[in-house]
Order: sequence, then C-alpha cells, then structure tokens
Amino acid sequence: MTARPLLSVRDLTKRFGNRVACRDVAFDLWPGEVLGIVGESGSGKTTLLNCLAGRMTPDTGSVIYDSNASGPVDVHGLSEARRRLLTRTEWGFVNQDAREGLRMGVSAGANIGERLMAIGERHYGEIRRTATDWLGRVEIDLDRLDDRPTDFSGGMRQRLQIARNLVSNPWLVFMDEPTGGLDVSVQARILDLLRGLVENLHLSAVLVTHDLGVARLLTHRLMVMQGGRVVEDGLTDQVLDDPQHAYTQMLVSSILPA
Amino acid sequence: MPPVLRVSGLTKSFVIHAQGGLALPVLRDVALAVSPGECVALVGPSGAGKSTLLRCLYGNYRADAGSIRVRHRNDHVELAGAEPRVTLDVRRRTLGFVSQFLRVIPRVPAVDVVAEPALRLGATETEARRRAEFLLGVLGIPPRLWLLPPATFSGGEQQRVNIARSLIADYPILLLDEPTAALDAGNRDGVVELINQRRAAGAAIVGIFHDAAVRDAVASRVLDVVPPGAQP
Repeated sequence: MTARPLLSVRDLTKRFGNRVACRDVAFDLWPGEVLGIVGESGSGKTTLLNCLAGRMTPDTGSVIYDSNASGPVDVHGLSEARRRLLTRTEWGFVNQDAREGLRMGVSAGANIGERLMAIGERHYGEIRRTATDWLGRVEIDLDRLDDRPTDFSGGMRQRLQIARNLVSNPWLVFMDEPTGGLDVSVQARILDLLRGLVENLHLSAVLVTHDLGVARLLTHRLMVMQGGRVVEDGLTDQVLDDPQHAYTQMLVSSILPA
Repeated sequence: MPPVLRVSGLTKSFVIHAQGGLALPVLRDVALAVSPGECVALVGPSGAGKSTLLRCLYGNYRADAGSIRVRHRNDHVELAGAEPRVTLDVRRRTLGFVSQFLRVIPRVPAVDVVAEPALRLGATETEARRRAEFLLGVLGIPPRLWLLPPATFSGGEQQRVNIARSLIADYPILLLDEPTAALDAGNRDGVVELINQRRAAGAAIVGIFHDAAVRDAVASRVLDVVPPGAQP
C-alpha cells in the first residue's frame, strides 16, 4: 500500500470571533479514498472543507498536500498564485450551488474547456473534442455544447459543474453537498454518476453532506462532526451500522426508512 | 493447513446512549480458527450473537477487545482496530461477505452490480461481465433482468444478485449470513453447489445457515455461539 497520505491535516482550528467553527481536526487521507464529513448544519463541516481546500485560512494547524507536481506542500504556506494553480490543475471543487462553480455567462463547452486551457491545452479542436466527450460522460445532450448554463436545469448545471472539475483529471476533489437542493430523482442520477467517476478515475475526495444515504453510497470513510469537533470516525459502514458516540447514534436513528 | 482466519478473545457489547448508556453484552471471549477448505457453521439460539460475530469478522462492527487475524497478501493482518484503508484492502482482495439483504444502488444494472468486485481487482470489462452473466445464470436470474437495476427485483432475486456479487471475486475467506434464507428449493441447491465449489477450491468459510439441510450440505463443523448471560 502507498506509503504517503495524499492529504495530511493536523491540529486544525478555525474561529469566527469568539465562536469556534472547527477545533483540533486531524486526519490523513490516502490515495483513492473518499472521506465523508457528516453532521448537522452549523457543525463546522463546510468551514473545515474550505480550510482544507485553501479557501479559508485556519487560525492554527496545517494542511499538507502531496502534490503530484512538486511533492508535499503546505497548502496555507503557498503563495496565492501557486495555490490558485493547484486548485486549477490538481484539485477540483464541486459547490452545492452550481452557479458558484460555473461561469454562467459562457457556453457549456467553454466552462469545460477553461480548465484544459489552464493546464496548457491550446488546440481549439482538441479542447472542443474533450469538452464534447465530457458532456456525454455527464449525460448532457451533445447539441447543448454551445448553450449557456443559464438555460440548463438544476440537475444539468450540477452535472456540468462536475464535468468542469473532472476534465483536467484532478487528484483530489472537494465536494460540498453536491446533491443538496435537488429533486430526489435528479439526486439519484448525480450520485450514480459521481460513484462511477470516482471508481473509474481512482479519485480521492472529501465530501461534505448532511445526508447519510449519500455518505453510504459515495464514501469509504466518515468523520462525524458536532459543535466543531470530530466526535467519531471510521469506515463508513462501521460508523453507520455500529455508531459509538451518542451524537452519531442520534443521527443514525433519525433517518426515516424509505 | 494453517488457519487463514484466527480469532481470539473477541468481545463485543453495544452501548445505547439514548437508554442512559445501557450496555448490552453480546460476545465474550470468542475464539475461532478456520483453515482453507473448512466451512464452520455458527449455531445457537436467536439473539445469541451469530450475526454480530460475523459482522465483527468483516470489520462492520467494531470489536471491544480481542484479535481477528486474517491471511492477506501473504501476510497476517490484524482486523480488530485496523485503519479503514487496511480493512478496505482486506475486503477488496481477501474477505467476502454475503448478507441477507442487498443494498441497492440506484440505476446500476444487476450485471454491473455483480461485476464490480471483479473490475476492482483488475479484470477486464469483458471478462468481468462474462463471469457476472455466468453466475447470474447459475443462480437462476433470467437474462431479461440482467440489464435492469435490482431495486424492483423480488427479495429472493436480490439475494441471489448479492450472492453472485460476493462470489465473483474468489475471495479466500467467505462470510455467509443466511445465504439461502429467501430462496426456493431449486435456487437453494444452486447456492449450496456454489458454496461447495468455493470450499473445494480452498476457501475458508464461516456461515449462519438456519436450514439444517443446507448446513449439513456445506458445513465441515459447527461452532456453538452462546449468549454471554448463559456462559458458565
């Protein structure tokens, strides 16, 4: 098995004024693993995700990423320019609201092609060919290539955002409630798509969700957060089938059976 | 042959916080060793902890104490308290689990549900699909269902899809929780035949078989699982 974690997090704490959003978080993410962060609204899971992805600066602690291009780097010690390069080349970030992750004013094809250009692809025909291929992989009709995402449904926008993120073959993808706010049938399609892509591309990912069904389907491991702390972690099926902490037991027993 | 699964001192209780931290002891100091070609049937009254033991062996339930050592990649690996990535690797290559219930994945066709473990182990798409179709055929799932997601299948059909999925990867250690519970006689015999083939091929098997005829047909010995309260 691999000797080095892809992401190594130690003693991470983030405060907003007097309020502690997340406290003393530490874990290693190994290549090929999908880690879920679950908990109720306000438990600090999105703040943690933003700190991991370099979108927010923690007050204390470190996030070390084993970069494919340059070996282990301290995400929060990088210059802004290098961090931005990392997020466009080796990472992806799927927002809950696709409008935040897409450029709504340009075509679907341009949304996908942009990241290819960021990693140095210059051949227009090749970019268009890859963009078309990815539209197909996320099950969007190919004749929508030149349409803007403003004309797309919520589910289509989310699939386009996924294509935009994965087209450059990232090593690590952060996802914030990727199916939140969508109809159940639309959710199922996106979950199935994500599951297949994660499996086939051997992606590593950190996924924030409050939906334990989504966590069960997509993740290998779980961290349960309550009040900014990780109260329990383990294999996903261990945590959901044999919850140890009082808070996890409450979460698991609160699910309505379908 | 030396055992490929060796359990000692395995102890497990459930603590229920909503009941003021009520502790329910289920397993106390369980020991077990299984060699290739053996099939151990767990027997005991309902509630004795047979399923809990099986789930602990798979790493699905966390042991409070004790050791679960499995032969994995020419080495011995401790599963009790193992890191997630260790347990996942053992499950991918070494340890298969057949439960009574299939956890249905929306939109994925039955044949792909079955083929997935083989693909993860590096089989080609064609090879994995061919083996999946073979197993579905042996287990009596009609070809017209192969391309449909199992969500709409009957309980027995889902169970057979699950068995096919668990047998496609030729795991050296197999855990079977009532693999024939919802099956009619013909399909039950098919499952018994597959289990015996795996045993003859050298798999070490631990299972729960309520049906005495099935147990007699597959098991090489039995292990009594006794509720902790009933122990001397």
